[in-house]
Amino acid sequence: MSMEIGLTHFLVVAAAMFSLGILCLLTRRTAIGLLMGIELMVNAANLNLVAFSHHLGNAVDGQVFALFGIVLAAIEAAVALAIVFKLFQTFNQRITVDTASLLKG
Amino acid sequence: MFYTVAALTLISSTIVVLSRNIIRAAFSLLFSFFGVGLLYALLSADFLAVVQLMLYVGGILVLILFAIMLTNRVESVGEAHQSYRRGPAFLLCGSLFAGLVFLALQVPWKPGPATAFVPTTRTIGEALLGPYLLPFEAVSVLLLVGLIGAVVVARKESRTESE
Repeated sequence: MSMEIGLTHFLVVAAAMFSLGILCLLTRRTAIGLLMGIELMVNAANLNLVAFSHHLGNAVDGQVFALFGIVLAAIEAAVALAIVFKLFQTFNQRITVDTASLLKG
Repeated sequence: MFYTVAALTLISSTIVVLSRNIIRAAFSLLFSFFGVGLLYALLSADFLAVVQLMLYVGGILVLILFAIMLTNRVESVGEAHQSYRRGPAFLLCGSLFAGLVFLALQVPWKPGPATAFVPTTRTIGEALLGPYLLPFEAVSVLLLVGLIGAVVVARKESRTESE
């Protein structure tokens, strides 16, 4: 273990998590699966913010920003799951995003 | 320590993405969130690590599991969920990852002075009620709007609306 753990290590981990989140969005068809991908991507972004805040300055600003990011992810999950419930009530089957392709007034 | 936590996070994230069983994906997401919380702790962000555990593991993940249990019929929970367009998606995400890693290695980051660990809770609290008061209030209003929106969307349509 010669190398010191620096900013780059955390950036690489966050980049991998973000790419996995995009992969999840591209390959999954169920609404809940897509939500999981989005959560992975939000986590990666927050990890970047905290890593920069720790390594490039002493201020706590990046952590506050990440806190807002976590709150936004929570709101988004609540609304998305409400939509999933509604779709399930309407179509009464497993929700793939292709099911709900018809917009009906 | 870092390598162990990073491996835990990334392996469970990979299972989240590639698993065909949605329940298994959800439980891998648990370890993924947990790993990110540990990474926060390694970055000496103690308050955020706890918030991550409480909000993600205790809140969002439970919500996701509830949604899976409620919207899948019991016999189909473990059923395979097929996925499409695997080849191009892998290609795109691989190149995205390569580009991001290239960027992270290429830019000459100038690290600030290394500091000893100090508890951050007090500083974050003062920042939230000081310079960040306006975003803090905006987020609380957004939380209220999201809550009301979720209730409005998820409830059954009332009689007066359908008339």
